[in-house]
Amino acid sequence: MSILKYLHTLRPKKTASIAKERLQIIVAHERNLRDSPVIEYLPKMQQELLEVVRKYTEVQDEDIKINIEKDGEYEILELNIVLSDENQ
Amino acid sequence: MAKIIVVTSGKGGVGKTTTSASFATGLALRGYQTVVIDFDVGLRNLDLVMGCERRVVYDFVNVINGEGNLNQALIKDKRVENLFILPASQTRDKEALTIKGVAKILETLRKRFEFIICDSPAGIEHGAIMAMYFADEAIVVTNPEVSSVRDSDRIIGMLSSKTRRAVQNLPAIKEHLLITRYAPKRVTSGDMLSVEDVQEILAIPFLGTIPESKSVLQASNSGIPVTLDKKSDAGKAYLQVVARFLGEEPPVREKKGFLTRLFKN
Repeated sequence: MSILKYLHTLRPKKTASIAKERLQIIVAHERNLRDSPVIEYLPKMQQELLEVVRKYTEVQDEDIKINIEKDGEYEILELNIVLSDENQ
Repeated sequence: MAKIIVVTSGKGGVGKTTTSASFATGLALRGYQTVVIDFDVGLRNLDLVMGCERRVVYDFVNVINGEGNLNQALIKDKRVENLFILPASQTRDKEALTIKGVAKILETLRKRFEFIICDSPAGIEHGAIMAMYFADEAIVVTNPEVSSVRDSDRIIGMLSSKTRRAVQNLPAIKEHLLITRYAPKRVTSGDMLSVEDVQEILAIPFLGTIPESKSVLQASNSGIPVTLDKKSDAGKAYLQVVARFLGEEPPVREKKGFLTRLFKN
């Protein structure tokens, strides 16, 4: 690291660079939402998955989260089920 | 063939109407047959900024509804040859605009004008979509400030999904980034997003910057487009933007100080 760069990191961050970082994150997030296709069967699938899981263990409605993300060429279906403590 | 250009931003108060008035005036000064249309039905203001508020008889919605003809509604600017204003209706709401109605008027205007500038209302609802729907090119007006940049990104998304060119799979709308209310000193001191920052985030071709300037308020106070104020820095900047838009000037290059150049290499 050059001396100039090192000195730069010692200075407190200016507000413009804070603004830029925050914008880059939120804009990327919102573009992702915009570009991901609306999948109509998602709520129904979520409900049915929940029913299957309930055959084996107790879970609440809010314990299951389903999410689709786009990562370049791929679409990732993410399914998260939180098991309650009693089951573990 | 006439070009339809929408001036849009998402966020209100960033300078859409000032830009529409100044840009249209600049094009007309260069000899192009130009009309500027106020799409802000219910909150019309382009007439005030252009200084023709007392000459409005028929408006955009009247013409769509057949209550008056286009020639009765078009106001000829008294200062600049080739410049016409089509005012919005003040008593109706934005739902009065329909794709069919707007299409019919634009079709007629295309035969007579070389540039049709559409001044969009703020927001992302019906009125803003009507303003952008038929556009060939778009000027996205952005302030170097977080909420404006975020809203511009939203509008850029809509340009590529909610417009005629998007729906009919035609070549995409040509987008231009215009940064207004720019204060280079605050950028240097690190308290304002720079042109490069905004351009990096929005990722559309850069058209120019308009400096934060007292003359913009003075111009709207007196109903004279700022491009007609020869002493105004903002007016000069708009004229440069028009020249660049017409492809006359090389694209702006970042001015680098001696020290920056020395240390960067």
